Amino acid sequence: MTLDPVVRDALAAIEAAGTILDLHGVEAAVLGKRSPLAAESQRLGTLAPDERKVAGQALNEARTTITDALAAHREELTRAEAVGRAQADRLDLTETTPARLRGHLNLVTQARDRLEDVFVGMGYAVAEGPEAETDWHNFTALNLPPAHPARSMWDTLYLDWGPPESTLLRTHTSPVQVRLMQSQPPPIYAVMPGRVYRRDTPDARHTPSFNQIEGLVVDRGITFGHLAGTIEAFTEAYFGPGMHSRLRPSYFPFTEPSAEFEVTCTICAGEGCRTCSNTGWIELGGCGMVHPNVFGHVGVDAETYTGFAFGFGIDRLAQMRHAISDMRILFDNDLRFIRQF
Amino acid sequence: MRIPLSWLRDFAPIEGSTAELTDHLNELGLVVDAVEEVGAGLDRVVVARVMATRPHPDADRVQLVDVDAGDGQALQIVCGAFNFAAGDLVPLATIGAVLPGGMEIGRRKVRGEVSNGMLCSAAELGIDADASGIHVIDGDHAPGSPAADALGVEHDVVFDLDITANRPDAMSVVGVARDLAARLGVPFAIPEVVIEEAAYRADALATIEVRSPDLCPRFTARVIEGVAIGPAPKWVQRRLVLAGMRPINNVVDASNYVMLELGQPTHPYDLDLVAGNGLVVRAARPGEELTTLDGVTRRLGEGPGVEITGDCLICDAEGEPIGVAGVMGGESTQILPTTTRVLLEAAHFLPMAIARTSKRLGLRTEASARFERGIDPEGIERAVRRFCAVLGNEVAAGMIDVRADAPRRTTVHVRTARVNALLATTLTDGDVAGYLSPIGFRTAPLEPGVLVVDIPSWRPDATGEIDVIEEVARHHGYARIPRSLPPGGKTGSLTAFQHERRRVREVLCGLGLDEAANPPLVGPGDHERAGLPGETISAANAMIREESVLRTSLLPGLLRAVAFNVRHRQNDINLFELGHVFRVPAPDAALPDEREHLALALAGSEAADAVGMWTTLADALRLAPVVMDGTTTTPGLHPGRTVRVLAGGVELGVVGEVDPAVLAAHDIPGRVAWAELDLERVLAAPRRPLEMRPVSRFPSSDIDLAFLLDDTVAAGRLEDALRTAAGDLLVDLRLFDVYRGEGVGPGSRSLAFHLRFQATDRTLTDVEVGEVRAACITAATALGARLRG
Repeated sequence: MTLDPVVRDALAAIEAAGTILDLHGVEAAVLGKRSPLAAESQRLGTLAPDERKVAGQALNEARTTITDALAAHREELTRAEAVGRAQADRLDLTETTPARLRGHLNLVTQARDRLEDVFVGMGYAVAEGPEAETDWHNFTALNLPPAHPARSMWDTLYLDWGPPESTLLRTHTSPVQVRLMQSQPPPIYAVMPGRVYRRDTPDARHTPSFNQIEGLVVDRGITFGHLAGTIEAFTEAYFGPGMHSRLRPSYFPFTEPSAEFEVTCTICAGEGCRTCSNTGWIELGGCGMVHPNVFGHVGVDAETYTGFAFGFGIDRLAQMRHAISDMRILFDNDLRFIRQF
Repeated sequence: MRIPLSWLRDFAPIEGSTAELTDHLNELGLVVDAVEEVGAGLDRVVVARVMATRPHPDADRVQLVDVDAGDGQALQIVCGAFNFAAGDLVPLATIGAVLPGGMEIGRRKVRGEVSNGMLCSAAELGIDADASGIHVIDGDHAPGSPAADALGVEHDVVFDLDITANRPDAMSVVGVARDLAARLGVPFAIPEVVIEEAAYRADALATIEVRSPDLCPRFTARVIEGVAIGPAPKWVQRRLVLAGMRPINNVVDASNYVMLELGQPTHPYDLDLVAGNGLVVRAARPGEELTTLDGVTRRLGEGPGVEITGDCLICDAEGEPIGVAGVMGGESTQILPTTTRVLLEAAHFLPMAIARTSKRLGLRTEASARFERGIDPEGIERAVRRFCAVLGNEVAAGMIDVRADAPRRTTVHVRTARVNALLATTLTDGDVAGYLSPIGFRTAPLEPGVLVVDIPSWRPDATGEIDVIEEVARHHGYARIPRSLPPGGKTGSLTAFQHERRRVREVLCGLGLDEAANPPLVGPGDHERAGLPGETISAANAMIREESVLRTSLLPGLLRAVAFNVRHRQNDINLFELGHVFRVPAPDAALPDEREHLALALAGSEAADAVGMWTTLADALRLAPVVMDGTTTTPGLHPGRTVRVLAGGVELGVVGEVDPAVLAAHDIPGRVAWAELDLERVLAAPRRPLEMRPVSRFPSSDIDLAFLLDDTVAAGRLEDALRTAAGDLLVDLRLFDVYRGEGVGPGSRSLAFHLRFQATDRTLTDVEVGEVRAACITAATALGARLRG
């Protein structure tokens, strides 16, 4: 007896099964106890030994063929059903709900963090101090004794604490320099970010309190060349390659020689535009070599050590970077502004 | 200060393009704020001859003028002035001209009549202040020729300089010329002026008495008789206009001219109006009054710092104030058209006193700006001679001169090695001397490497070696100093506090909070509106009331920010702020009690949300469990929904909700969850150990326990009791359900806890778990809790 028709029928039945469940039934029909193959298997016992060997071999081949076909079709059906389930699960991902609300750091914080990171990378520590200060720390120690005419450079908010004009809201973060030099011997490499105050009416470019960062280096052999080199290195690190700085003489009572420093205009990259009055440069801050009288007030030997200091506005950098036309928006805490950054 | 180039050239042969000179001035620290090219605006202004004038058919205030602009044809111009006649020569701004003031001339119609240009006044041409009518040109000039030639207007450049507080000398034309000449390497000289004195003597005509020599180290006066008041010569007026001052009359203009040129302010009095023909210089008495030249009555001898340096007054011989010394003269003795005898004051006042007075009065003048920087004490004679020469009158013999202790010249030693050590230069003694001598710092060698430098009298700011080194640096050029980085190899870093403060911000940002930043100064009443009583510290001299009181809490500012965003219909108003607060310290403290606070304000959220935020933050900071104490109330916060947070007995701050009454006062609807903590204390609070806790390989056992607990006992106390009772086997404990209502008696609630136990070395037996469970129940019962069946 040939098994070819049995195998052919079985393969056809397997192929016809459309689901895993159907295939289960087909499997029972073609390989189960009542299948033609089971009958053939029982018939083997009745055969002569040499016939049995041939028929047995044929039976095994038929069973293998059918088993393989079952396995192959089962795999095919499984895959098809998975694809079907996935299709049924399909989503239009452009039908999205709005992004989760995230919090936003204040723009000034972001600017301050970036500046701190640049200076930490240049080897500086970050120093802080009180915003309410003594007149001595804010002025006298900085070579501005009471009634020094240059005090008029800072419109000062005095506090109703202590004797008249003895306490104030710091006009710069320089008192932190004073406290730092009083509390630790050189070498000092530090920046002082923080809030400062001026007696001023708010307008588009000025707010009565704003944020500033200063730097102080005190070490042996520090020169004006180191100051200029540091300003240049910072300019490139913060504003990017191709941005440069220049110094020109200025006056501050606590530094000498003093300078104002300018950086390549960020708007026109030095080509000249309205923002920089066609000079290609934007004034950023002040700097200079620490005045020997300041060293005298804080007990640093001005013959052994020299140093430089610099300072500029943090808010102003944020203003330049984000083209903020009116600085007062920084203090409204308007979420429509804060959430832009 | 506005400095005309032509005026600079009176003292040094200064050449160079405007751009080059601008660069030189900037590099000298005489910062150029603006440059004005004078005469450029006269390019298309020509001489025109008036042919005829006719009334405008339709307007009274203007007339029609036919002019010959060079081609012999009548050109119609509409003109609003009537001060000329046919035959006169007038300046005509032709179509396309842009006048010095920036006015662009186009063809236009005035009430139907065409105007082919504009006839100009002297003011419109920028030659002097006269705007009363058309400037009729003297002499004979061909119509059509450039008006600039006919008017004698030279092309000029005016540099508007921003002079720093340390450069009294640069508040004058000669000072700028000296610096610029040194930079350009050209000679500089101030021409000597010789005046003729009359036979009569000044000291017979007037007296001077200085009663406050501390405020006025030197006071001089000259008397000039036979003065005829009138306009100053054109060249004087022109220079004053270029320098930004208004010509007034020959006497006042001569005084201003000398101040601009030499930096020495002088003050002319009408001697006949000075009672007793004498001046007395003294400190003002408190509340003394005086009407200054600008017509304002001012009170003197009062105000901040008056006990340090008083206001210096100039009085007449009878003691009546007639001028605020060094700031502004009085109205009663000013030069009038009738003046014939002038008393000219030229003095040296204490710079500090002038600065203080000027600030107290809120009155900054050209004179005070110079006196407060410190004028050249040796420049008085020269200035007075120059005044007499400019005025051109005969002068009474002798100068009345009252001298106290006027500043003297000083010398300083300058070490070349020190110069080079500070400037990173390799200058020689000769180089240093070479930079100094052209600007009047005379040098002589003391020994090799050391120069004795004679500080010029016009640089009172220079008192030490470092000041001279700055002069060397300026004239060497900052740009020529080689740049490098400091050699010290330091490691930069943030402190642990600074790192963790950033972490606080990141965590709160991650929780969806936006960072606010309020000015630490609030308005009076803002604390009260936020429910915060107590003393505050204020600014003693605030300019704006809304920013005059130091905040004692972040509450007023954040409530303002919440209210602002509510008004602007924003959603999800969840803010945090890190900032300083200031409280009244012990009476003997030097400074306010200043702390850095952290606050959160969650609009539309309940106290529990604030607790959740705080708990997450505390976990991120690895804080050990803290105590939440709800037994006290905090001003400004909801009396029933606020806890104090304590760690190791130290109060870190408060968490809860803002008082509804406070919210109502700010027009904030709904609830606002709130937390405010002392950042330093939070970051100093005990932490969980850094070491990892082993993760057990053995299975855990979970039990749930529900208790009925009276409302008067805080759930936190029950939780703490369970935690203690459960001991080391407890790995997790959480309150998962709170129920009030049916089945639970009034005044209490059901609290259901989930507990997970696990050992690191074995699987727990049912007996072990049972023992711990029993211990928990016992502890709860001790608190008055009853296990729910």
